[in-house]
Amino acid sequence: MTPAGGAYDAVIIGGGHNGLVCAAMLGRSGKRVVIVEAASKLGGAATSGEFAPGFTVSSCAHILNQLHPKVSRALDLSRHGLKLSTARMGTIALAPGGRHLTFEGALMVNEAVNGAGEVLSQRDLSSLSRLRRRLLRFAGLLHDFQATVPPRLDATSWRDGLGLARLGWAVRRLGRDDMRELLRIAGSNIADVLNDELDSDLLKGAIGLDAVLGTGLGPRSPNSVFTLLYRLSGRVGGVPGALALPEGGMGAVTDAMAAAAKANRVDIRTACPVKSIVVEEDRAVGVELESGEVIRAHAVVSNADAKTTCLDLLGARHLDTGFVRRVKGIRARGTAAKLHLALDGLPRFSGLEARDLGRRLLIAPSLDYVELAFNPCKYGEYSPAPAMEITIPSIHDTSLAPPGKHVLSAVVQYAPYDLKGGWQAAKDGFMDRIMDILSAYAPDLADRVVARELLTPEDLEQRHRLPGGHWHHGELALDQLYMMRPVAGAAQYAAPVPGLYLCGAGSHPGGGVMGAAGMNAAAQVIKGGKQS
Amino acid sequence: MIQPQPYEVQVLETPFHSRTAELCKTNEWSTWSGYTTPDVYTNMELEYFAARNTATLFDISPMTKYAITGPDAGRYLDRLLTRDMAKVNPGRVAYGLWCNDAGMVIDDGTVFCLGENDYRLCSQERHLPWLLDSAIGYEVAIEDITAGIAAVSLQGPTSCAVLKAMGFVGIEELKPYAHAEFQLGGHPLMISRTGFTGDLGYELWIEPAGAGELWDRLMEGGRLHGIRPLGSKALDMTRIEAGFIQAGVEFFPGDLSTRPDRLRSPFEIGMGWLVDFEKGHFIGRRALLREKQTGSRHALVGLDIAGNKPAHHSFIFQGRNKEVGIVTSALWSPTCKRNIALASLRTPYDKAHGLWADVYVHREQKWERIKAPCRVVDKQFFNPPRRWATPAGDR
Ligand SMILES: Cc1cc2nc3c(=O)[nH]c(=O)nc-3n(C[C@H](O)[C@H](O)[C@H](O)COP(=O)(O)OP(=O)(O)OC[C@H]3O[C@@H](n4cnc5c(N)ncnc54)[C@H](O)[C@@H]3O)c2cc1C
Repeated sequence: MTPAGGAYDAVIIGGGHNGLVCAAMLGRSGKRVVIVEAASKLGGAATSGEFAPGFTVSSCAHILNQLHPKVSRALDLSRHGLKLSTARMGTIALAPGGRHLTFEGALMVNEAVNGAGEVLSQRDLSSLSRLRRRLLRFAGLLHDFQATVPPRLDATSWRDGLGLARLGWAVRRLGRDDMRELLRIAGSNIADVLNDELDSDLLKGAIGLDAVLGTGLGPRSPNSVFTLLYRLSGRVGGVPGALALPEGGMGAVTDAMAAAAKANRVDIRTACPVKSIVVEEDRAVGVELESGEVIRAHAVVSNADAKTTCLDLLGARHLDTGFVRRVKGIRARGTAAKLHLALDGLPRFSGLEARDLGRRLLIAPSLDYVELAFNPCKYGEYSPAPAMEITIPSIHDTSLAPPGKHVLSAVVQYAPYDLKGGWQAAKDGFMDRIMDILSAYAPDLADRVVARELLTPEDLEQRHRLPGGHWHHGELALDQLYMMRPVAGAAQYAAPVPGLYLCGAGSHPGGGVMGAAGMNAAAQVIKGGKQS
Repeated sequence: MIQPQPYEVQVLETPFHSRTAELCKTNEWSTWSGYTTPDVYTNMELEYFAARNTATLFDISPMTKYAITGPDAGRYLDRLLTRDMAKVNPGRVAYGLWCNDAGMVIDDGTVFCLGENDYRLCSQERHLPWLLDSAIGYEVAIEDITAGIAAVSLQGPTSCAVLKAMGFVGIEELKPYAHAEFQLGGHPLMISRTGFTGDLGYELWIEPAGAGELWDRLMEGGRLHGIRPLGSKALDMTRIEAGFIQAGVEFFPGDLSTRPDRLRSPFEIGMGWLVDFEKGHFIGRRALLREKQTGSRHALVGLDIAGNKPAHHSFIFQGRNKEVGIVTSALWSPTCKRNIALASLRTPYDKAHGLWADVYVHREQKWERIKAPCRVVDKQFFNPPRRWATPAGDR
């Protein structure tokens, strides 16, 4: 299939949100683009799905906190139908005894505390506000770099040098004290930082969980400060660190992106898995679908992860060994499971009113709790007492469940991708443990469940072609970031084979429903792979 | 006597050790890929002259050998090596080299095509991790078979006569870079017309159990043809005369280096003729194409240096004092009667204008500095017609 008048300018492998953003951006610049998505539905890990009759939920990503403002502005997503059911979701850190800690707004953003539950000491309140301001300054720096193309690691051109200088300058501009502090904590672990500053276990547990959601880290793992900053780098309506829910679930975001793409003449084809990337004369010239059909294009852009793209779709034979080694070494071991419950009514959480349940509920009563949940994961076992990030989006959005009924969506950690003995045998046991933990906070919850779905990283990999079931297509670790994301030699979105580009979460800046990787990649495709 | 524990013994012995140890009178040994091998058996000059005038035996068992087999073996070697392997048929041996992503040489070696989908790669250094990682996506098995094969190199003008005396009928018809199968004492024996001295010569490959007998039969067959064991020092003289490059000397193996700027591309060590851009992708191709367009940084040249003092490790200067490179190997060549060297020069260098080697000679508590003028010449200083003639001479 080709558009009238010859080959496409670009074929995009995968209609995840980054593929959609990339396609729409290319379309906007006048390119003729086609998306080929393996699944029957667009969105990748940013979709909504009906998991029980009448009950719809965000299948993977459930909180919108990182969508890059440049992306939503450029694609005018609200015009294309994106609405938020809440833009200021609060957070409640659940305490086993019912003295919960409530935030009016997103964690870290609003320190006003609801008088009913746990009350923070004056010391914690002022430490928190200081810590929050500082972390948000650092996160702001990340935010700025998320929309830029990283320089090359072997910095040979003056542009690469400039890119590095820009990074150095941005850090320097924080001022002496902040710069020192950033360099001190950047590679450090969140538990140490929190223990230095705060007393409340509940508070530290909640921030600690935010730092490690979707990562292969525990709060005492090095790098967990960075992952917190990464999470805080997002903005909703200009408010840093804020949390939002899209109306209709995460699929609404990718629906709006698809609408923006279509408005820019992008052709979209679903249920079209790509079998291989066609290379002629050392240039990517198109894709071959599983069906045997070949779609030719001047550029091939892959939303799939780098390992799949380079080793399976392209093939190592087109690549050099050092590069293949780096790609093979990308770490993407998912540790987060996703729980969906269909409820025939709102459950009662001890110590909470019904109106509180519209907030994000965290089960992470202390740093130790989260770290203890993490320990078994290191050895290929699931947490007997997992930490959770829970939302009941149907409170904000009645379209998700039949009248009076609700859906609960939770990220559950830790559930290692490579579970010892395999998930088949263990899944029911893990489900029981999760229900036990939930029931301790909401005794009537189990009785309200009419349907349930637990997606392990293995399930996520199979359903969404997410490598290792990992949120980011590759761990957000210091050795897999920026000029080394996904690997050195492809960190400017161009793969070593001319004409092939990467635009997914595995590329800079990383995952989360952000769209920056897709946007940056589009800019590089337009430049024809030449360095920024 | 204190018996060393096995783990304290830091060297391996080759299958010829019982023979070489008996013959090595100087007790000068070095380790080569973990094996102990003689530097000099009796006298370096005698050994060198035997290589050039009669015949020598050199134990090459430590040479790293990989069996490369499977349906993709040929395609795999085409990916690995810079040269076109399609033309290398069963019965043939090809010299080649391979590069890293940056197009910098990792090592050179010989590939024996033993049959369809059946190759043997021989190199100086060990490279299994690189070879295995290069095989990702290929149906090919790679096995280090170094210890499973004993090999000895028979080199020199009388080498063919020695083999004939041993009864290898028709050996004179074996062409350069060809190999053939024979039998010796119930063991299969492969003989290839290959070597590292730049002269007529053969390499003989046998299972370790047959090594002792092979050595003895060679020494016996060569008795009337002036055969002698050759140490690595005399071998080095011959390979410099032949203009052969050596890993660790003319280039640094790319997978062992920590300083990427010290490496050399094939073009930079005079091996551009081994790079085939037409055959499809191979490791380092994109970088080498770029180099082809933008130019190389170095050139490996042969030098004819005034005087008779070998210019070991000398800087090469141009004009008054512009340093343009270094000598990698140097020798007063007894056969060519020239003071020769291989040198790595930065490009572009000016052939016409006064290159000189800065030679230091230490004599009895005194350093003398010689500014020896030199000329860039063909680096095959020694290349006799008998090396290439078929049938081979058997006087
Ligand atoms: C359980 C879970 C919870 C999460 N929670 C949040 C959250 O709350 N907030 C948040 O911001 N982020 C969250 N994330 C992360 C976020 O969902 C991802 O980082 C993001 O969706 C990745 O987007 P992407 O477009 O880069 O890649 P993907 O969404 O993975 O898209 C890649 C697309 O390529 C397609 N594809 C792959 N191979 C082929 C092929 N051969 N042919 C054709 N198509 C192919 C796939 O089918 C897929 O559609 C969560 C992730 C998970 C797994």
